[in-house]
Amino acid sequence: MTISPIDRRGLLKGVAITGGGLALPSLFPAWAEAGTAGLASSGSTISGEIIALSVGHAPFSVGGKASHAFTINGTVPGPIIRLKEGQKVRIAVTNTLDEDTSIHWHGLLLPFQMDGVPGISFPGIKPGETFSYEFEVRQAGTYWYHSHSNMQETMGQYGAIVIDPAKADPVAYEREHVIVLSDWSAMHAMEQMRKLKAMGGYFNMSKQTLAGKLKGRDQSAAERRMWARMRMDPTDIADVTGSTYTYLVNGHDSMGNWTGLFSPGERVRLRIINAASMTNFNVRIPGLPMIVVAADGQNVQPVETDEFQIAIAETYDVIVQPLEDRAFGFIAESIDRSGLCRATLAPRMGMEADIPSLRNRPLLTMTDMGMGDMNMSGGDMAGMDHAAMGHDMGSMKMLDPSVAPQVKMGPGVAMLSPIPVDRTGERPTGLEDVTHRVLTYRQLRSLDRNPDSRRPSRELDLHLTANMERYMWSFDGVKLSEGADPIPFRHNERVRLNLINDTMMPHPIHLHGHFFELVTGEAGHRPLKHTVNVLPGGKVSLDLTADALGDWAFHCHMMLHMMAGMFRVVTVRPDGSEA
Amino acid sequence: MNRHLWIIFGLALASPVCAQTDQPESEVGDTPAPALPMDHAADAIFDPVSMAAARNTLRHEAGRMTSYSVVFNLAEFRVQRGRDAYRWEGEGWIGGDINRFVLKTEGEGAVGLGVEAGEVRALYSRALDPWFNLQVGIRHDFEPGQPRSYASVGFEGLAPYLVKLEGALFLSDKGDVLARLEGTYDERITQRLILQSRAELNFAAQDVPANGIGSGLSSAELGLRLRYEVRREFAPYVGISWEGKLGDSARFARAAGDRVRATSLVFGVRAWF
Repeated sequence: MTISPIDRRGLLKGVAITGGGLALPSLFPAWAEAGTAGLASSGSTISGEIIALSVGHAPFSVGGKASHAFTINGTVPGPIIRLKEGQKVRIAVTNTLDEDTSIHWHGLLLPFQMDGVPGISFPGIKPGETFSYEFEVRQAGTYWYHSHSNMQETMGQYGAIVIDPAKADPVAYEREHVIVLSDWSAMHAMEQMRKLKAMGGYFNMSKQTLAGKLKGRDQSAAERRMWARMRMDPTDIADVTGSTYTYLVNGHDSMGNWTGLFSPGERVRLRIINAASMTNFNVRIPGLPMIVVAADGQNVQPVETDEFQIAIAETYDVIVQPLEDRAFGFIAESIDRSGLCRATLAPRMGMEADIPSLRNRPLLTMTDMGMGDMNMSGGDMAGMDHAAMGHDMGSMKMLDPSVAPQVKMGPGVAMLSPIPVDRTGERPTGLEDVTHRVLTYRQLRSLDRNPDSRRPSRELDLHLTANMERYMWSFDGVKLSEGADPIPFRHNERVRLNLINDTMMPHPIHLHGHFFELVTGEAGHRPLKHTVNVLPGGKVSLDLTADALGDWAFHCHMMLHMMAGMFRVVTVRPDGSEA
Repeated sequence: MNRHLWIIFGLALASPVCAQTDQPESEVGDTPAPALPMDHAADAIFDPVSMAAARNTLRHEAGRMTSYSVVFNLAEFRVQRGRDAYRWEGEGWIGGDINRFVLKTEGEGAVGLGVEAGEVRALYSRALDPWFNLQVGIRHDFEPGQPRSYASVGFEGLAPYLVKLEGALFLSDKGDVLARLEGTYDERITQRLILQSRAELNFAAQDVPANGIGSGLSSAELGLRLRYEVRREFAPYVGISWEGKLGDSARFARAAGDRVRATSLVFGVRAWF
């Protein structure tokens, strides 16, 4: 496709409206330009107590394919907002679109009416209007912001937030870079959804084939028969894949090669944000170990690793210390291995790290179907009688309503995990067999002591439910559009929330306005998160102190799942005794 | 009091305490959940009318999408003994996840002789379970000289082993009862090369001589089609198809001087949007 003269005028207009003085046709803010020396030297970081953002749109092209993006201050990603813990801020967001918009501050603790979710926290920002978000910054760390209106986030409306701590930062580093991961498709997200509703496996170009079977690849004949009988696809790892997506680092594809500079020997802090709409990434820097120092903005006890999975909407801060005078590749690979994005960390511009070839696509196992830890795909099982095993597995019911009485059964629920297991100590999907170190949630230990040591006064199960064939997604079998009840909490109540994944896909579940403790290991230093990736067929327990009054969004951060109805409202109200 | 009784009494008193301190399950209390709030927090800060409108939009956007699709599974030219022929089978739908309006059409004809058999069905489709839809509505046959209408009740869905199944019962305006069962299975040879096996069986509860239909299993159609998905939506194919009239239908056909069986080489396109 080529950009017509009219489109070029549109672009100029878009830039004029948003007041950006950037060079055409790039929509990159200065900090995301390839070759940045780091945040200290960046020109498009906004800070201070009064910040103005303008939401607009402009043509945007990736890999020669022209499409259309929503921009913030004229760029994709938007500018970095850099704040200081303890300060007050007023962020005035002006809508120059001809449709409603909004900005949600992902992971920030603030009054509910400043959270930016139309229909829950506020009415949204009408065309031509400006809404002023005012709040006190109560935390430090790496966060992000994005539209919560329609599908705008899937088309570029996101940016990073960096908050410096009020006291000395416990993490020492000489240089820092912000790395915003995303996925880009020229196909509109609603059209992706329509294709998926017509054909659940539309974007999957890595299905099992007869040719593969003849070459002895993938599942055995007996396993294939068993999965076909259950109408399940073990290659269904990502709904929307590299067949339509180009993966981006700070708005650049592999060829664009975003480059962050370093001087050998420096400790470099990478603030990594997954702003993708439908892609969980596996992140590695071949040749460079990463020390994870924060997850979802919250400091953790340093843990060294070689690769980690970052689910949509999560953030991880890592420290790397490249000693050699050479380029290192920063590799973000889609978990279904349908594509990757390479960026480069280098001592000078013009250096380029290798783009590794994609690794083999993983296969889901019976554990991913919630049938406990059966280690079906393990290489050590090769000698076993698969046919006999298949028979045993198949006899286990995969849709027995008695395992989840609260779930509304119907066309939207194709599976209920009969034996969901806590998988927080397991390596995430596709990284089970890699030979280097892989981060698990269990390894994350909060640096500070958890603030609330009370015993949860009650617990609450919530099932993540789906039917891939019909492309339906919900909690407890009920879509938000069906009038799902809110999930009520008493103010300051401590509750254990058990998320049970009755689907074969990992779901990044996000609660607005709060951090919850991941129940991993003994209490005291559990990691605090705003988004938790619930592995397929698994369960995760969260201890939540409902300390933020008001109404809050709670949803799967896979944008198409959210738009399909995997969404609830959480209410926090004063207890009777409090009022 | 008896010493043993005291011990039993003491145990009874002590046991709940023991249960609470010793059992790890008591990590969590059993306070009941609070009642659902009757208000919306943002209504106290913003105009409740604007909030109500925004809530409606949110509810609509989170799960109430209207979708649609049009699929032609068969659109083919048939090379066979005698006159070459053509055949089509397709359906379109519009609606949500549960309720849909479906139009189906299928038919065939010989080149130069016009449509020999053609029908359109207009159906209300409702998802019954994760895999199957109930479909009720009307069918109209539009072959020249023999127009006929039917009430149609059927199902469509995905059976175990990933077989697409479809079946329907038809009651005509003359009181005749017909039925049809159809199944297809896609064997993926490579990511883009797919072999589709297809079977269609037609049944009748009685003879319908005017339409050349005999009671029992009246006709069958079996096909194998190899398609290449240039895109998911566009797949040219080649294949073979066998169709035959059976039982009394075959007798009626012979009496009318029509062909009873035909094997054809087919060329077509499977397409959807």
